[in-house]
Amino acid sequence: MNEQELLSLADDELIIGWRDSEWTGIAPLLEEDVAFSSIAQNEIGHARAVYELLSDDADALAFDRSPEEYRCAPFVELHLLHWAHTIARRWLYEVADEIRIAALKEELPLAAKIDREEAYHRMHAEMWHERLAGSPQFAAAVEELWPYALGMLPASQRDALSARVGLPVVDAVERGTHTDELVPLWEEMTMVRRSAPAGAQW
Amino acid sequence: MNDVWEVFRQDRRGTPFEHAGSVVAPDAEFAEAWAREQYGRRGESVALWLVPRDAVHVVDEWADEFDLKYRRVDGYSIKARLKEARERAGTAEPR
Repeated sequence: MNEQELLSLADDELIIGWRDSEWTGIAPLLEEDVAFSSIAQNEIGHARAVYELLSDDADALAFDRSPEEYRCAPFVELHLLHWAHTIARRWLYEVADEIRIAALKEELPLAAKIDREEAYHRMHAEMWHERLAGSPQFAAAVEELWPYALGMLPASQRDALSARVGLPVVDAVERGTHTDELVPLWEEMTMVRRSAPAGAQW
Repeated sequence: MNDVWEVFRQDRRGTPFEHAGSVVAPDAEFAEAWAREQYGRRGESVALWLVPRDAVHVVDEWADEFDLKYRRVDGYSIKARLKEARERAGTAEPR
C-alpha cells in the first residue's frame, strides 16, 4: 500500500462525506436526514484518520492542496441533486469500499477499524438498495453512475465489484481526472480556512 | 406505510431501559438503522429496544372515587395521629 493509494482512499472519504453532508436539513425524511448526516460525518472521520497516518497536520492535507492535487475519484465529486442518485451512489460506494478495505485489512490495522464502522453504513445502504431495487428511477441512477463507480477501484478489483453489482465491466471514469464539480466544492470546503488570518487557532 | 417505533435505550449493562424517543420507519430494518444513528452514535447506549407503538398496551385511566389515599406511600400523614397518640400515652416528643 503506497502513499498515493492511502491518499486516494482518504480523499474519497472526505469528498463523499462532504457531498453527502449537503443533504443535512433537506433529506426527504427526518430520520434519514439524521442518519445520512451521521454517516457523512463518519466518512469525514475516516478521512481524518487516514490523513493522520500520512501527515502530522491532517487539516493541511485536507484543505491546503489545490483541487488538481486531490486524488479522489470523479465518482465522489458529482453533485447529485436527486435522492435516487444519492442513494445509488451511497450503495455503489459502500460495495466498492468494502472490496477496497477488505484488500487493505492485512497490512493496515486502521482499515479493520474503519470497516467496523462501515458495516453500519453497508447495512444502511443495503436496506435502501433492497427497497429501491425494483424502481426504474433507481436502476437508471445505478446505470448512469456505474462507469464512475468502477473508477473508484483499481482494475484488479473491478471484476469483484461487477459481480456484486450485477453490471458488466465497462470503460471507467478514471481516478486522476476531475469533474468540473470539484472546484466549486473545493472553494466552499476550504473557504473558511483560506480566509482565516495567519496564526488563527481553532 | 410508516409506523412509529418507540425507542428505549440502556446506558450501561444491567441498568433499566428508558424511553428515549421514537423514530418513524416503514419496517424494523429502517427503524434499526435510524435508531442506531439517532440514539447510539455517540456511544450513549449499549442496547436499544425498538417497539412498534401499536404493540404498546396503554393504561392511563384510574378510578379513585373513595379517596383511598392511605394506600399510597405519600398520601397518608401520620404526624398528627402520632402526636395525639404520644399525648395520650404521656411520652415525650422525640428530640
